[in-house]
Amino acid sequence: MGMTMSQKILAAHAGLPQVKAGQLIEAKLDMVLGNDVTSPVAINVFEENNATSVFDNTKIAMIMDHFTPNKDIKAATQVKQVREFANKYDIKNYKDVGQMGIEHALLPEQGLVGPGCLCIGADSHTCTYGALGAFSTGVGSTDMAAGMISGKAWFKVPSAIKFELVGKPQGYVSGKDVILHIIGKIGVDGALYKSMEFCGEGLQYLNIDDRLCIANMAIEAGAKNGIFPVDDITREYCNGRYQGTPVEYTADEDAEYDETYVIDLSKLKPTVAYPHLPENTKTVDEIGETEVKIDQVVIGSCTNGRISDLRAAAEILKDKKIAKNVRCIIFPGTQQIWLQAMHEGLFDIFIEAGAVVSTPTCGPCLGGHMGILAAGEKAVSTTNRNFVGRMGHIDSEIYLASPAVAAASAVTGYITDPARL
Amino acid sequence: MNAKGTVHKFGDNVDTDVIIPARYLNTASHKELAAHCMEDIDKEFVNKVKDGDIMVAEKNFGCGSSREHAPIAIKASGISCVIASTFARIFYRNSINIGLPILECDEAAKDIKEGDIVSVNFDTGVITNETTGKTYQAEPFPEFIQNIIKKGGLINSIM
Repeated sequence: MGMTMSQKILAAHAGLPQVKAGQLIEAKLDMVLGNDVTSPVAINVFEENNATSVFDNTKIAMIMDHFTPNKDIKAATQVKQVREFANKYDIKNYKDVGQMGIEHALLPEQGLVGPGCLCIGADSHTCTYGALGAFSTGVGSTDMAAGMISGKAWFKVPSAIKFELVGKPQGYVSGKDVILHIIGKIGVDGALYKSMEFCGEGLQYLNIDDRLCIANMAIEAGAKNGIFPVDDITREYCNGRYQGTPVEYTADEDAEYDETYVIDLSKLKPTVAYPHLPENTKTVDEIGETEVKIDQVVIGSCTNGRISDLRAAAEILKDKKIAKNVRCIIFPGTQQIWLQAMHEGLFDIFIEAGAVVSTPTCGPCLGGHMGILAAGEKAVSTTNRNFVGRMGHIDSEIYLASPAVAAASAVTGYITDPARL
Repeated sequence: MNAKGTVHKFGDNVDTDVIIPARYLNTASHKELAAHCMEDIDKEFVNKVKDGDIMVAEKNFGCGSSREHAPIAIKASGISCVIASTFARIFYRNSINIGLPILECDEAAKDIKEGDIVSVNFDTGVITNETTGKTYQAEPFPEFIQNIIKKGGLINSIM
């Protein structure tokens, strides 16, 4: 029986010729990731168990992105603990303020993950790197500690759902709309424990930022990972960037899938997820012009903080003003993206429109800092979760959308179809 | 190993943001995390929960973030076991890794009500609702995972 892309990467890293869905395996890791929230717990586990060395100081990344620049004394103390650990064990990819970016924007950009690699990260959006043809999945801090010690992790080999993408997206449809549409269709547990494998001729219309956004939200359908085949778009992005050796895996012709969905990209419309689950989707044309009045717009995050996202927002905001009583906060994903956006003149557009631009941070996405909502407030956000209380007060609301929809909404003060502006 | 306690019942898609809101993730202290367990879904939970109590929820329990703080907060709050129709996969992994007993059993998850007294036999996977007398059979863990549990968690199994 054939194997899926995900199964092939797992088999190769487990040293097995063949694996099948449901099989429990132990596999070698190419990258182990943690952040300033999850690394302290992993370090505690590491130290409580008297571990004295890491398996490979070049294959561990510790990215201080969630509550940084340190939002309070406790956050500062956590980062200090990680910094001291990183210095002690000479962790090469410890990234603090000044080098850090939002982890899932940073690792691909810095070439720390690439085609065929096996990565675990103590952050649920670690599934982002599947965009590059990697098997990458979120785990907890104890898994991170075990990975740092042994260079291995256990996996239950997942079955897969195939998403065949056909057609060319029209108008303002972006990767975010593709993944929101899919989650709306299959639900927040529609891919529970499974791989989401994307394929089809429609991939040629999705740039690397679109793919990173789509893979990023695989977890919002409960998936173990999301993965794309490697093509010229991937190669162009990874060549000269990926520090490892790229290995391209393709699914076997006779690979088994639990289900197959054909998604016609040409039929999709900009899509918004209503509170309080990413599956509560509506297309923008179904939303009344003054149906949802908003107080805040967040553009950024590991989902939509990349250069294409900022360009899409700038295209809408050019020569416009942010609506009265709306705060529009923009978070470029990394220092490099920040510089690029600045050089392209995007910041002039944002600032003149009345938006603010932050240093890279996860910030308000998880209700950390830099844009917390009060009771009764509503935000349109390009982030990935709209759970109760996610961005602040439990009586606030988050509407998930693409950068284009978020920017258009910032201009009108209501959730708005960018085509209507 | 067994557990017996009063049930705290929750519905579908209980996410890690309501189990332990991110505003409390600036600490890894189990005691501090426990003090805010379930705060955004049931403010009174921390005042009601007693050592040994059992949490029952429906599908996709623990969805969202990978924060291990979520099962840590539940365990440190005194909960002895979580029964659900299904668990989100990272929460499932984390619970095994930190030694919070969890059981998947759709029928029990749907039947059992808030305040019922429930007992669980972890060796057999039999769940008994002492209030109604009804018993349920949970999915047993694969042997590989049973070994991790027997060794006292993931780290002990690799060191």
